[in-house]
Amino acid sequence: MNRFLVPLGVFALLAIVLAIGIRHSPDKGIIRSPLIGKPAPSFALPALLEPGRTVRSQDFKGRWYLLNVWGTWCGECRAEHEMLLTVGKSGAVPLIGLDWKDDDAQAQAWLRQLGNPYETVAVDRSGRAAIDWGVYGAPETFLVNPAGIVVYKHVGALTQAEWTHDILPRVNGGKS
Amino acid sequence: MKRAAVHTLVLQSLMLFASLGWALDTTVLPDPALQARYVALTHELRCMQCQNEAIADSPVDLAADLRNQVREQLLAGKSDDEIRSWMAARYGDFILFRPRYSWRNAWLWGAPAVLLLVGAWFSWRIVRTRTLLLADDHEPLEEDLRP
Repeated sequence: MNRFLVPLGVFALLAIVLAIGIRHSPDKGIIRSPLIGKPAPSFALPALLEPGRTVRSQDFKGRWYLLNVWGTWCGECRAEHEMLLTVGKSGAVPLIGLDWKDDDAQAQAWLRQLGNPYETVAVDRSGRAAIDWGVYGAPETFLVNPAGIVVYKHVGALTQAEWTHDILPRVNGGKS
Repeated sequence: MKRAAVHTLVLQSLMLFASLGWALDTTVLPDPALQARYVALTHELRCMQCQNEAIADSPVDLAADLRNQVREQLLAGKSDDEIRSWMAARYGDFILFRPRYSWRNAWLWGAPAVLLLVGAWFSWRIVRTRTLLLADDHEPLEEDLRP
């Protein structure tokens, strides 16, 4: 009896550790952003649709906003666009676009053709602002609260599920 | 003929490896010491898009942007640790191929020492039981009984 107790104990411990690891491991390849709970990185970038205007992160202080990182070179962004239009129409939270390493003319044409869900779009031609936000693949969407703190990040195309379960409840004050 | 075949094979493999060594990153910093640090740092930062490659070896755009950041910050006089922290603040510790010690991962760092101690305790116990068994063993071996 005693002979099996130690190996059994070791096995049980290992099983528990691995079970915890599996339950807590995020989707493959998705990395938790270190930005969550921290102030949103500031930026001052040219506006895509209003020539001469600068979009500043401070402009959004005091209200909720979604920062959506996209580019016309990004296939998933096209897939996501329909959802973004729904979000834009809902009026629940303003969408701010960050056009990442893109061509202005193409980006403008994209919004003309597919519709523009954004309140405003900032142009990050060098990709420097995206690095500050820890962006590693478009599309990525960040939810920022009125205090300017990043509260949620979604990597990949935004779907109805994230919108109803993760974003809206936070904006409506149910979930922090 | 055999020799020639071996030579061809060696040559082919050399060519294969030479092609792998083609520099993707042709950055050269003015100071050799800075250059050495640049090479070391870009090899220990993960490319977040390809995830199993260092930014030094990755052809994607983001890796080039991050290499550029390393270069600019080195030229601005930042220390290696400051650059690592800068990267980790944006992309998390995941970007560091060489993880940093923290209380969250202390158990992981401590595990080898703990396992070594556990192993030492087990072997001590086994050796002790066997020694005791031997001391208790008064039965003479068959060989010893032979004239």
